Amino acid sequence: MIRGRVWKFGDDIDTDVIIPAKYLRSVDKSIWPKHVLEGLDPSFSSKIKPGDIIVAGKNFGCGSSREQAVLAIKWAGISAVVAESFARIFFRNGINNGLPLIECRGISKAVNEGDFIEIDLERGEVHTKQGVLKTSPLPPFLQDILKIGGLVEYYKKKVSANLGR
Amino acid sequence: MGSTAVEKIISKSVGHRVKAGDFVEVSVDFAYFHDGTGPLIIDALNEMGVKRIFDPNRVGIVFDHSVPPYSDQAATLQAKVRRFAREQGISKFHDLGEGICHQVIPEKGYVAPGMIVVGADSHSCTLGAFGLFSTGMGATDLAYILATGKTWLKVPETLYIKCDGRLSKGVSSKDLILEIVRIVGTDGATYKALEFAGETVRSMSQSSRMTMSNMAVEMGAKTGFIEADEKTIEFLGRDGEIFRTDAAVDSITLDASSLDPKVACPGSVSNVKSVSEVEGQPIDQAFLGSCTNGRYEDLFEAAKILRGKRVHRDTRLIVIPASKSTYIKAQKEGIIDIFLEAGAIIGVTGCGPCLGVHMGVLGDNEVCVSTSNRNFIGRMGARSSSVYLASPQTVAASAINGQITDPRRYI
Repeated sequence: MIRGRVWKFGDDIDTDVIIPAKYLRSVDKSIWPKHVLEGLDPSFSSKIKPGDIIVAGKNFGCGSSREQAVLAIKWAGISAVVAESFARIFFRNGINNGLPLIECRGISKAVNEGDFIEIDLERGEVHTKQGVLKTSPLPPFLQDILKIGGLVEYYKKKVSANLGR
Repeated sequence: MGSTAVEKIISKSVGHRVKAGDFVEVSVDFAYFHDGTGPLIIDALNEMGVKRIFDPNRVGIVFDHSVPPYSDQAATLQAKVRRFAREQGISKFHDLGEGICHQVIPEKGYVAPGMIVVGADSHSCTLGAFGLFSTGMGATDLAYILATGKTWLKVPETLYIKCDGRLSKGVSSKDLILEIVRIVGTDGATYKALEFAGETVRSMSQSSRMTMSNMAVEMGAKTGFIEADEKTIEFLGRDGEIFRTDAAVDSITLDASSLDPKVACPGSVSNVKSVSEVEGQPIDQAFLGSCTNGRYEDLFEAAKILRGKRVHRDTRLIVIPASKSTYIKAQKEGIIDIFLEAGAIIGVTGCGPCLGVHMGVLGDNEVCVSTSNRNFIGRMGARSSSVYLASPQTVAASAINGQITDPRRYI
């Protein structure tokens, strides 16, 4: 069960506002979470408490394939993103890095900024003050990747042994 | 019951018939990445403990994002990718100055119709214009592909866009794709494949088709498929297997002959209007280039408008050919001279200012009209700057006037 305080964003939150390209070419990866969602709120990273949850509208993470967008969100302390829908490359990147992304129709209307919500990944539910919302469940193999902590860990534990390299 | 071309390509890879909605593991025929996504791919491979990649001959690397490197860190990260290419014996490695990956990979003939291709860049959907399934993924997915030669896919539904009629003078495939983005919306094709078809697309050059497929991701699509034909084969310099859609699918029909020049106004790629509605909007910068519109025919069409004219004194025009071969051809044909004499700045081949890190970054409140593909907040520079997306013809006309201008005034 994931429980956290909600930060709300709108539709079509693109990867350029999640992490502007000028920060990408950095040997020091710790700068990415410091600039998370800077394109919409320059002080956002300083407001996040570990475990907070982002709630957004449709098409969250659209745009570039930059995986730094997921890493910036995760390393800033965000425990999950719940959105009406996700852009597909961002969605894969999230699962691959062990960041829970929950597609949940009606979530934007059901919560306000500052609310606390609970996410039950196993049951595919989001518990809000207004009640319980059902989510679109991940197929089992994606749940495995997420549970194990991402695609790198999945490869190490499940795939490389079979490849014999 | 028939199948879509994309279903057929994936079915062939998997070895049995698949349909939209199935989750499958496919073999990847060709994978590529650039200097921007390369460092995280290499980090992931190291964490995975992978010593040798699956097949160095089926991997391409093109340096295009930071050309030449604009900072010590960008240079350091490129050196890491260069070392990796050498260690792994990747011969299809193209260092600084060769061009943009989505242009160079097909120019070199590394891909062929019927293939499954994955690039670590969202605009890898561009290669769908060659009758193949090509999609963009992130760095960790690419690392997994480099390790195993495989990836998982959800077989996409196809949204079929049929365009009929001849484009009128001053109207290009960029205007057509902007109109399609307006209709479909920024997420109207999420998880789907787009297929562009109809007589308008069939009569288009391969370069114009690439402009269409390039923007598929701006509608959320996995790829922008276009059935291959003799033009495709000629561009690639190699043959392949041609797949055709014979299933009834969701479709949208457009009359391209009634289309006028379009712009996507700042903030969203689907915020599309006719150029005539925003004419007179002052601009600080005009950019001609990118994987959307930096090909020879784009430079040629812009040069026709700029010949003998001057770029407005309050505007800078930045021109960046999409590849070295584009640059050489434009130079030989006198097109580069036309730009220089008009007062344009010519940049080295690569992504240029499209993603807002160098070679034409916008300052506070500055406005740019650009042939690229994204106009998100702060995409090309300051948060308060703004970007209008348009065709090469519109960018050229606007550069002359210092304000957004309908190119038909110069044709």
